[in-house]
Amino acid sequence: MDTSATAPQALGAGRGMSAWLDRHSSKVFILPAVIVILAFSIFPLIVSAYLSLTRFRLAPGGFELRWAGFRNFDRLLFGSEQYHFLGTFGAVGWFGWIVILGGAALIIWWLVRYWIGGRARVVGTIGRLITATVAFGIIVLATVTLSEGGAFGSLMVTLFYVTVGCSIQFAIALGLALLCAKPIRGRSFFRVVFFMPLMVTPVGIAYMFRMLADMSKGPLEPIWSLFGFADVAWANDAWAARMVVVIGDSWQWIAFIFIVMLAALESQPRDQIEAAQLDGAGPWQVFRDVTWPTIVPVAATVMLIRVIEAFKIIDLPNVLTNGGPGIATESMTLHAFFAWRTQDLGGSAAIGYMLLFVAVVICVSFFNLVVQRQKARFT
Amino acid sequence: MTKTIKTQARGRLGLSALGAGVAMAAVLASGSASAQYDGVTVNVITFTGPQIAEPLQRRAPDFAAATGAEINVITVPFSDLYTRLLTDWATGTNSVDAAVFAPQWAVDYIQPGFLVDVTDWVAADDALQEDDIAPFFRDFSQTFNGRTYMLTLDGDFQMVYYRTDVLDELGMDPPATWDDYLAIAEAAHGMDMNGDGEADYGSCISKKRNAQAYWAIYTIAGGYLQSLGTGQGAFFSTEDMTPLVDNDAFRRALEVYVDTTQYGPPDEINLDVGDTRGLFTAGRCALTVDWGDIGTLAIDPDTSNVIDLVGATIAPGSTEVLDRETGELVACTPEICPHAIDGVNHAPYAAFGGWSGGINAAADPQVQEAAYAFFSYMSQPEQSNADVTVGITGFNPYRLSQFNSIDNWVAAGMSEAAAENYLGAIGDSLSSPNMLLDLRIPQNQRYQQIVLDTALARLLAGEIDIDQTITAIHDGWEEITDDLNRLEQLGAYHSALGIGG
Repeated sequence: MDTSATAPQALGAGRGMSAWLDRHSSKVFILPAVIVILAFSIFPLIVSAYLSLTRFRLAPGGFELRWAGFRNFDRLLFGSEQYHFLGTFGAVGWFGWIVILGGAALIIWWLVRYWIGGRARVVGTIGRLITATVAFGIIVLATVTLSEGGAFGSLMVTLFYVTVGCSIQFAIALGLALLCAKPIRGRSFFRVVFFMPLMVTPVGIAYMFRMLADMSKGPLEPIWSLFGFADVAWANDAWAARMVVVIGDSWQWIAFIFIVMLAALESQPRDQIEAAQLDGAGPWQVFRDVTWPTIVPVAATVMLIRVIEAFKIIDLPNVLTNGGPGIATESMTLHAFFAWRTQDLGGSAAIGYMLLFVAVVICVSFFNLVVQRQKARFT
Repeated sequence: MTKTIKTQARGRLGLSALGAGVAMAAVLASGSASAQYDGVTVNVITFTGPQIAEPLQRRAPDFAAATGAEINVITVPFSDLYTRLLTDWATGTNSVDAAVFAPQWAVDYIQPGFLVDVTDWVAADDALQEDDIAPFFRDFSQTFNGRTYMLTLDGDFQMVYYRTDVLDELGMDPPATWDDYLAIAEAAHGMDMNGDGEADYGSCISKKRNAQAYWAIYTIAGGYLQSLGTGQGAFFSTEDMTPLVDNDAFRRALEVYVDTTQYGPPDEINLDVGDTRGLFTAGRCALTVDWGDIGTLAIDPDTSNVIDLVGATIAPGSTEVLDRETGELVACTPEICPHAIDGVNHAPYAAFGGWSGGINAAADPQVQEAAYAFFSYMSQPEQSNADVTVGITGFNPYRLSQFNSIDNWVAAGMSEAAAENYLGAIGDSLSSPNMLLDLRIPQNQRYQQIVLDTALARLLAGEIDIDQTITAIHDGWEEITDDLNRLEQLGAYHSALGIGG
């Protein structure tokens, strides 16, 4: 047997394989991640989409899914669950009409400005029309549910947690980060202390706040009594209960924003600040003209991450109030969970898809209109 | 497939029933045949206690020592228990071998074939002393379509508890009607009932959403809605499944329900039953609506400030009841209210039905046997008669022997008078021919825990008024009934009430 010819052939085959791998290495390396994403993200998404178009029912030997078309969505938007999802609509007064018309005018002005700006494209136009529609829908919904006789549904409650909660969290976290960026004594200690809430499980935080917020027999009862709050029942008031949820949520998530903003502040070039100070800039001017432009891309990104997370809030309202009083603190995720718990799997999946739609539109709009713009402006 | 499972399960049980029952009795009597279930582990799930889980966990080691079977008690929040069982069994995960849960949910598990039919097993189990279990639990809670699927471990009726010293001070009698209840609550509200110098509450009723609060409304509504006996039903028309909510009787019940709130703790709508029990035993409430647990919790020297100061009475009723033709309230007459006591129509509500044990039909046969043996052991008088006298267990009396003698109750710390009063109230409820059965039709959870509970929570929060609440319940229930098939639901309702379809 002539082996002299086999070796080069084998060598050639090996080189061929190696060359093939070189050519396709990027695909090969990314394949495991694609498979994982398909299996654990895309597949459940497709299954839950199907589930949202069906009604679940137990049947001999297991269960059956009956095709229901868009009835689950119809029930949420126009049917018996409308009050629960969109809210109870009140009678809109003159102020409400001003808000609605003002909001409509602003949105139209924003669209027209884009179209006459000379940069309008088809994809951009479609995206902006979707954003404008959702924004106008939220303005109308907020107005009618805040009007006399109206009440929030789980959609507006979720948006309240997202907008008010995230705003409070960003303001406090940025303040703390600015303080900890200063060369003060014990700075490292405070960094650790401020970061600790992020390491506590949300359910643990919820139970802790449930105890702390118990005015009549909680550990802070002497303090509440001292200020005359012992008989105050925050759980009976919709806005007070929502604020307690926001406070608990903020306590946890301020730490996350704080640590990112602190890193951004500490990474900004010192020479720019010193140059501004030499030019006579005061602390506010330094922050506005030097620090803020430097950290704004990071701030926009961290808020995007935080907003996505805030849409999924469930632990705190579930433990603190069970969604009450009434449905005043029930987020969309909690709404979906309650539906799922009583065999309404189709309804639960439909709520999940509505949440996905609203969250995607708001987050993509935020990314395109705020994050990208700030990055382009300051980098 | 259901048929196959049931047939297999019955076959297995039929063959092994006698053996398992007799063996269990012999094992526990002699304590010698500890190898019978060696190596067998039974995963039993129930709700996060301490009630219900506590006696299961406490007695599991004794059972293991006697039989070799290891009982692994898993606990989940009450509101998750129904779905946890459903998803575990419906998806074929079958990590749960047996469960202690509400018998009213059993219909959802029995129809798809998830539960073992233990009829023959029970019949062969002398140690269980099945005849000693009160007929209501034997014939209603444990069975479905004449077959036994559950073993009762707890007896449940909602009653009214009152502070005897407070009523003495006020010169008032225990409430016979809901108007009496409101009058006492109003008179007592603001009194210092535990000597701490602070004003206390006239009435404490758990009203927290997504907890165990929504049963209280039917304890109130029962006396207004149902007067002709258990078979009349109080949830739906027995003719066409129309909800019995859009009428003056349910409207009056909602008014009473809302009115009690003004005499309760400021955060009453955020209190679950654990909270209201704590307040009552701390001496802060004159009245409360609850299951039998208060009676035993009130004698716990470690936690109770009201030892021998608590009375119990059958759920109050009404002198006016619903005329189903007109939807209006009419005065009781012997014909309209044949079961009235002193002119007052009572309909004691068998809310929840009592925690009971059921076994997964897909579990290993030996595990099924061990699970049955464990539930039988827990229910046998030797264990049960002691457990029902301890508040922490959450178990309330359900055996005739537990009513016939007050010795165990006196030994547990009750005075003779208190024991007779407590057992008398439960006995009155249990023996009432006008007992109101809990809803036991497919997906009763959706009717009660979603539609009813949410509407009540919105009413208490002031989001909607009484008429809107009635509309919300009516429309919500009608939608579920139509969705699930009205005729099938009507048939299930008839079966639950024990009336011909």
